[in-house]
Amino acid sequence: MEVKYDYDLLVIGSGPGGYVAAIRASQLGLKTAVIEKDKPGGVCLNVGCIPSKALINQAEVFRNSRILEDMGIKLDKTDFDYSKVFKKSRKAANTLARGIEYLLKKNNIDLIKGKGFIESPNQVLVGDDKRFTAKNIIIATGSRPREIPGFAIDEDTVLSSTGALMLEKLPKDIIILGAGAIGIEFAHILNAFGVEVHVVEIMDSILPFEDREITAILQKSLKKRGIKLYTSTKAVSMDKMDNNRVSVTLEDSKGDRFEKEVEKVLVAVGRTPNTEGIGLENLGIETDRGFVPVGDYYQTKVQGVFAIGDIVNSPLLAHVASKEGEIAVEFIAGLNPEPRIDINTIPSAVYCEPQIASFGYTEEKAKAEGVSYKKAVFPYRGAGKSVAIEKSEGMVKLLYHPSTSEILGAHIVGAEATELIHELLLAKWGELLPEDIATMIHAHPTLAEAVMEAARSAEGWAIHF
Amino acid sequence: MAEQVLMIALSPTMEMGTISKWEKKEGDRVESGEVLCQVETDKAVMDYESIQEGVLLKILVNEGEQASIGTPIAIIGEEGEDIGELLVSIKADDDNQKISYDDHKEEIQSRDMQKEVVSDMNSLPKGDRIIASPLARRLAEQRGIDLATIKGSGPRGRIIKRDIVSYTEPVPSTARHKIIRPGAKDQIIPVSPKRAIIAQRLAESKFSAPHYYLRLKVRTDDFMKARKSLNQTLEQGVSVNAFLIKFVAEAIKRHPIINSTWQNDTILRHGSIDIGLAVAQTDGLITPVVRDCGSKGIIEIESDLKELISKALDNKLTPEEYSGATFTISNLGSFGIEEFTAIINPPASAILAVGKMEPQPVVTNGNNIEVQTLMTLTLSCDHRVIDGAVGAAFLKDLKDIIENPIKALY
Repeated sequence: MEVKYDYDLLVIGSGPGGYVAAIRASQLGLKTAVIEKDKPGGVCLNVGCIPSKALINQAEVFRNSRILEDMGIKLDKTDFDYSKVFKKSRKAANTLARGIEYLLKKNNIDLIKGKGFIESPNQVLVGDDKRFTAKNIIIATGSRPREIPGFAIDEDTVLSSTGALMLEKLPKDIIILGAGAIGIEFAHILNAFGVEVHVVEIMDSILPFEDREITAILQKSLKKRGIKLYTSTKAVSMDKMDNNRVSVTLEDSKGDRFEKEVEKVLVAVGRTPNTEGIGLENLGIETDRGFVPVGDYYQTKVQGVFAIGDIVNSPLLAHVASKEGEIAVEFIAGLNPEPRIDINTIPSAVYCEPQIASFGYTEEKAKAEGVSYKKAVFPYRGAGKSVAIEKSEGMVKLLYHPSTSEILGAHIVGAEATELIHELLLAKWGELLPEDIATMIHAHPTLAEAVMEAARSAEGWAIHF
Repeated sequence: MAEQVLMIALSPTMEMGTISKWEKKEGDRVESGEVLCQVETDKAVMDYESIQEGVLLKILVNEGEQASIGTPIAIIGEEGEDIGELLVSIKADDDNQKISYDDHKEEIQSRDMQKEVVSDMNSLPKGDRIIASPLARRLAEQRGIDLATIKGSGPRGRIIKRDIVSYTEPVPSTARHKIIRPGAKDQIIPVSPKRAIIAQRLAESKFSAPHYYLRLKVRTDDFMKARKSLNQTLEQGVSVNAFLIKFVAEAIKRHPIINSTWQNDTILRHGSIDIGLAVAQTDGLITPVVRDCGSKGIIEIESDLKELISKALDNKLTPEEYSGATFTISNLGSFGIEEFTAIINPPASAILAVGKMEPQPVVTNGNNIEVQTLMTLTLSCDHRVIDGAVGAAFLKDLKDIIENPIKALY
């Protein structure tokens, strides 16, 4: 006799991995519930992508108020109140979190509030005494900010990205440890509102996994804005001082130490998967550096148990988690999804001014792996629109295979880069070639013309360069 | 009165002509019958002789440009004549031609035909479109793969890169060329891993190492006599192959370049003379290797060989025992083969093919006919490592040693 379960699928965690998996499951006719200990939407909606974009948008309005001054309008900034900026970001987060609740309800998905703990491959304990059974379980418990020794996060003086988002008052100055996407975005926000920003990065470049030709442009721009960048520099220790300030000891690549005194420290050195205290031991699943080992369809070694998102060893990005959730659910539902995401088709996006967006091979990675490539670049200033809207800083860079012209990677730095990347990514996804983009008519005047011109440049016939 | 000079048909099949050279300049006087310009037709370069007289007022088609029959290429008239009106009317005619769709009909049709040829390469019945990504199309074109033979694995059966990359040439099916053959049915034999390795290694050797062959006959009477007398003193006799291995090792000592491996940018000269002997097995072929033959005596070689051959026949050789020969011997004499050529067994650069020993009539120095036992040796060499003269000198010394076994002691 077949065992009767409460659900076909239980999803633990309602972040962009979990809620998307749940909705997809419901679409495919699975009876589904989501377990969430906090607000629906996970880090992304509540203390990640969404509120940070709300802050960035306001930061850019504030920063670009000089354009009004260029028109002769005198701005009186004395009543500027950052807590209002903060509140707006919470409003965005809360609106979308409610939106997730609505979407779950609309898809007849039960939202179970409480902390999930897996007791067996088919049973999850929620809270102290509620138990739910399911034929399949997807673990999507996400990640939390990673800490580094000597910089214990107290969310008062030493902040994580969560604490930085929850600031209601701006500090006078701040040290940001880590020049990855999170560190750079906060540097952008805080600098725009007038905070003195120091960014410390242990590797030799900001955004170390992006293409160096691209990051060089951003680096120049950030420096011009007065953001202090310390690359190849290590944060050694910190001392709290009596005046509510901290003194941070830094060490450069030569081993020379120096001190910087600031009001706050933001630790943005990456994230750690949430794989403790969720009952993996009851399944006999051992983690690998904190990550859950999974197969091509994100199945764990335990039949019926899947793991997606930040707890598996793939890029810790919301859109990766969502896609992994879709693949796992389609597999559970008996469909035949494309297995395992091809890492070269995952876009990354950094929201600062100028923006950076990319996918696939960088020149550095291609060289390291011995992949032969050719490159084509086109500067933003060659597209009329960029000059007209005063966003002429930037470039589109395309790496392609020397004999087949297969797109190997694309990198954009400049205004709207995070939107523009998708034309190139669709080309990569659909196995189109640069000539397909080169010959397609692009509306004039648009920034997308720079993408077309980069493709034409690969074909040897860029018009405006 | 100014007149147009028209392009004329200078050959029966000419439709267009290219002005290769103007013999007259604007302002020059032109007599009837004088060469005005040279025109390159579809066949040859021809002189254009003027049928008009006057002054060449204007050249309309420059050197290197084309003109079709009946179109003006120049204007001839009286000196100082106003040709403005004539030029305007010529230009108007020209413009009309440019916008006239009908005039381009043929050209368009011919291009359409080209397109059809391209799509024909997909060898599809009309109306059936092959859905393939542009990258897959390019890869298929570069690899000469017919898209129509491929089943797509992308969305809705689209042919994508991986389908081309994983494509293997189909075995010509009997369905396509139906040949009715009486008798037993064909059999498909799966390839064993060993067969796959033999196939791959030998094909690689034959296709990448430029082989050449040297052949000579060797008199074996003295060698067989020596073997007989040695074997009389031993409980276990020494085989012909053990002798051959010893002789080859001695010859290699005199020509160490034979004992080398081509490594693209360097040549590796091996310190040890490791000689492999090709041994036939029921399911293939293996070459057990006798190590360091240069410093071993004939009895030691024989005892190594015996052990290796028995292991080979039982399929019990370890990789250390059958790989890395620096020279190989293949002896098909026992099958009655008179002579043959062998494929070099890498990493060796040469292989010796040994035929059967056979009494043959030989014309001796004194013009007498004598019966001698002869054996044909064929040496295959990798020319990248061993030049012809080097291979020949080695083979000559080997012959010398076999014919006078005492020389192995030198």
